Amino acid sequence: MATDTRVLSAGAALTRTSEGVWRDAFGRLRKNRLAIVGLFGVLLLAFGGTLGPMLAPWSYQVQDQAAVLANGARPLHPFQDSTHILGTDELGRDLFSRLLDGAQISLSVALVVQIVVLTIGVPIGAIAGWFGGRIDTYLMRFTDVIYAFPDLLLIILFSVAFRETAFGQTLNGLLMVFVAIGLTSWVTVARLVRGQMLALKETEFVEAARAIGVSDRNIVVRHLLPNGIGPVIVAITLGVPGAILAEATLAFLGVGVQPPRASWGWLIADGQRFIRTDAHLTLLPALLIATALISFTFLGDGLRDALDPKLKGKQ
Amino acid sequence: MTSPTDDAWEEPSVIDLPPEEALREARVAKERRADRAEKLLEVRGLSTHFFTPDGVVKAVEDVSFELGYGETLGLVGESGCGKSVTALSVTRLVPDPPGRIVAGEVIFDGTNVLSLSDEAMRRLRGKEIGFIFQDPLTSLNPTLTIGYQIAESIREHMGLSHKAASERVVELLSKVGIPQPRDRLTDYPFQFSGGMRQRVMIAIALSCDPKLLLADEPTTALDVTIQAQILELIQRLSEEFHTAVLLITHDLGIAAGMCQRINVMYAGRIVETAGVDELFEKPQMPYSWGLLDSLPRLDDVRGARLRTIEGLPPLLVDQVDACLFSPRCAYARDVCRESEPALTPRGSSAHLARCWATEPGGWIT
Amino acid sequence: MDHVTATHPGDSAAPRPHVAENLVEVDDLKVHFPIRAGIFRTQVGTVKAVDGVTFDIRRGETLGLVGESGCGKSTTGRAVIRLREPTDGTVRFDGADLGELKSGDLRRMRRRMQIIFQDPYGSLDPRMTVGSIISEPIDTHRLAKGNEKKARVADLLRIVGLDPTYVSRYPHEFSGGQRQRIGVARALAVEPEFIVCDEPISALDVSIQAQVLNLLTELRARLGLTYLFIAHDLSVVKHISDRVAVMYLGKLVEVGPPDVMYARPGHPYTRALLSAVPVPDPQAERRRKRVILTGDVPSPVNPPPGCRFHTRCWLYERLGKPEECRTLDPPLREVAGEHEAACHFAEEALETDVGVAHIDERPVRRGTPARALEAMASERSAATPEGTVASGTS
Repeated sequence: MATDTRVLSAGAALTRTSEGVWRDAFGRLRKNRLAIVGLFGVLLLAFGGTLGPMLAPWSYQVQDQAAVLANGARPLHPFQDSTHILGTDELGRDLFSRLLDGAQISLSVALVVQIVVLTIGVPIGAIAGWFGGRIDTYLMRFTDVIYAFPDLLLIILFSVAFRETAFGQTLNGLLMVFVAIGLTSWVTVARLVRGQMLALKETEFVEAARAIGVSDRNIVVRHLLPNGIGPVIVAITLGVPGAILAEATLAFLGVGVQPPRASWGWLIADGQRFIRTDAHLTLLPALLIATALISFTFLGDGLRDALDPKLKGKQ
Repeated sequence: MTSPTDDAWEEPSVIDLPPEEALREARVAKERRADRAEKLLEVRGLSTHFFTPDGVVKAVEDVSFELGYGETLGLVGESGCGKSVTALSVTRLVPDPPGRIVAGEVIFDGTNVLSLSDEAMRRLRGKEIGFIFQDPLTSLNPTLTIGYQIAESIREHMGLSHKAASERVVELLSKVGIPQPRDRLTDYPFQFSGGMRQRVMIAIALSCDPKLLLADEPTTALDVTIQAQILELIQRLSEEFHTAVLLITHDLGIAAGMCQRINVMYAGRIVETAGVDELFEKPQMPYSWGLLDSLPRLDDVRGARLRTIEGLPPLLVDQVDACLFSPRCAYARDVCRESEPALTPRGSSAHLARCWATEPGGWIT
Repeated sequence: MDHVTATHPGDSAAPRPHVAENLVEVDDLKVHFPIRAGIFRTQVGTVKAVDGVTFDIRRGETLGLVGESGCGKSTTGRAVIRLREPTDGTVRFDGADLGELKSGDLRRMRRRMQIIFQDPYGSLDPRMTVGSIISEPIDTHRLAKGNEKKARVADLLRIVGLDPTYVSRYPHEFSGGQRQRIGVARALAVEPEFIVCDEPISALDVSIQAQVLNLLTELRARLGLTYLFIAHDLSVVKHISDRVAVMYLGKLVEVGPPDVMYARPGHPYTRALLSAVPVPDPQAERRRKRVILTGDVPSPVNPPPGCRFHTRCWLYERLGKPEECRTLDPPLREVAGEHEAACHFAEEALETDVGVAHIDERPVRRGTPARALEAMASERSAATPEGTVASGTS
């Protein structure tokens, strides 16, 4: 109802002290409990992925065969041995340390893939949205084609094709995974940026900037980007779970990151045969994947609500 | 349609019924509903508050007024003054949460509205009250034909058959001036222009022959020539069918032309109420003075500086016992800041104002 | 003051010679928008939003431009300052043809012509502080730096009646009226000579409208500004304009000084428009002879042939549907001195009293009664500090 919202805004507007739009949003985010939980999970992953492998008791490759033999040639279970808190696999490799390595892999996927996505998606979307017309049509049809490809299939094909090459071998295949996933995931961001450009281009404050004589470049930098970036941040946050899952799936299928690196997906694949006796080998990595996915999703949802233009500076 | 003579030249904008039919219609309409009480609407001490995280917003505070059968009453004020919320409170359409009617009585056609069940209220609203809102685009369902939307209401509240309802819809559409009504039954809202959509809304509002027409800024979104058409239509139909109109507007010009009585509202309260001639001739409250002063008028002397009301409307959250207009009032004295004046008569019980200065014994009389 | 009479559209193709007194000269301005459909987005029609508009604005003058929605007035305003590329016609600013300027020169020219928008909520970048919004024009044209810039921004805020400490706040913290003031400050930052005011007060509350209108009037006097004031409210336009132009479906139908024009309109549309404006005077309202137009405004895609208004024109009906109205587009021609109208039967339109608000010889009634003003005056002179004055700005 126009009446009550304006009544409220008259009040709120003049009692609130000066706060930036971002600070406002951050305040809203802080109040969202699920988002804070998500943020916590993301930070945990970040910590585990960066510092974890350095602090891990064992290197992810080391095989403590003595411990396994002492256990009757069976993998150790969690809390069975104080040097292997979460147990080992059948070759004696410390599970905790390998999970940390997996965290590093997942974290780097989360970061690097989104960088690839931004690098490809933002320029395409921005150019399509800003210039419009035929450029927009062609770029968007191209985007549609990419979108139509079945992602996972393409990634798998890409991986299988390049697996044996030098490119495919870098970092145990990690580089190839980044590129493969990135190449198929930029479509959402491109469309989003384009949509933002189209909408913002027509706003009156952009018209005002043109009337002042602000150059096109400055309009994009000073007006369009700051206003358009909100949904993009949300999109890349929500895009991370997909990327992590894609990487795990690749590893599970044996075409992603190669052993001895311990991608969570690979751990699940490898631990399957022991699922009845040593379930921890499968369950723990699965649990971590799930936690990572949920954390990013909660955070992304929270960000979206916090940055929602309808809630911004109530009019 | 065109009269060849020069003087009393008023081109009607709708297809007129031949006079005998119009009279008959009006008589039938009158008989169809017996007036059950002395006044159609009696509102006493109505207060509606909104409970928000920022505090309690007293959107409407202690509002009392009456509306006679067939009368047109204007609720006039600027945005945030509470006029829309008052109308919504009277018809129990205030969203709850966060709003709630916390005090007062609303007697509609002899019935105590606030004590009705939700179902009974819904039936009362549908049958006895018609609504015309500001934006016909959002008030009409875009996915249903207008024929369906009008007939829906008729079938529900008057129990007519499909065929009879359709006939009545055609009749209504022609009454509100939509050309070729039969062909337009199957059209969708987007196929009508703004003015036409508003006419459709009026048709829906009048479809069940209501006793009260609630028009909330019905022409604000329309061009001035279309506005004139719509206002003339509302006025004519309300006379013809003896329908009372509660007109909510910020435009004093519209109120001057349409209403018999006007309530001026400010900060959730009625600050002045009077018959229309009296209000424009002898306003008794500085806010009314300010409103009238600040309007550029067609008959103005050009370029003279407009006398304005400085400042902004008050926050309805923190409230004190003082005249809420006093911070902006050029005539305020200490008493205005210490206690809130009550609505008291100025000369006759028909003209009330809420101001210490203009009360008998005040410093501006 | 001499006035250059507008030539008849369709006369010569060359624009008229520049007259030194005119700051803005618009010649046969046209803005057409293509309608595209189909997979290949081929053009299927044209929206003739502005279809041959010619007028001048003298230095220091305020030209009011009125019309209803779809008449093309906003598009005209934007085309005049080149926010929209015209499809045809010329716009000259201080003698210089804006269409001939190179982009660098055009940008420099923009310093001299600015615009104030209608929507106080959409015209300010929500992510920028008030200070940044007002500084942007100063930065773009490199008018000042550092402390000098800060001082200018503070001055501008003061000029429009806002507290200079508001620089670090964001637009959403302000009311509609205050935001409009910020918009005005932004327009003034480059020290323009000419400002297009595109419905600057339509979106504001009644009492705030008067404040902003007063502000614009004061600024005009103080800074020697020239305005193109676009509005749909005839009373507001009359108040601020030296001359008023009425538009209908992309063309001008009448131009003239408001006192003259409003009292004796020479075009049936103007009469209808004037008669539709409600006046806050119940007795006058009762006595009026209104002209109610039938039907809706035709679409600018397919304007009626001949005179665009003839399909709704009461005079056309009354005169027995004369053929010229159906076939010939009437040019804007002089009916009396500065008063021009585009009607084949302007003389007849002038003579009738249809549609004019009969507010006659009675003195215009204002709200505040004389005794209140006296009471306030005597209080002030008695020097007792009792009356309150404005607290805060809006």
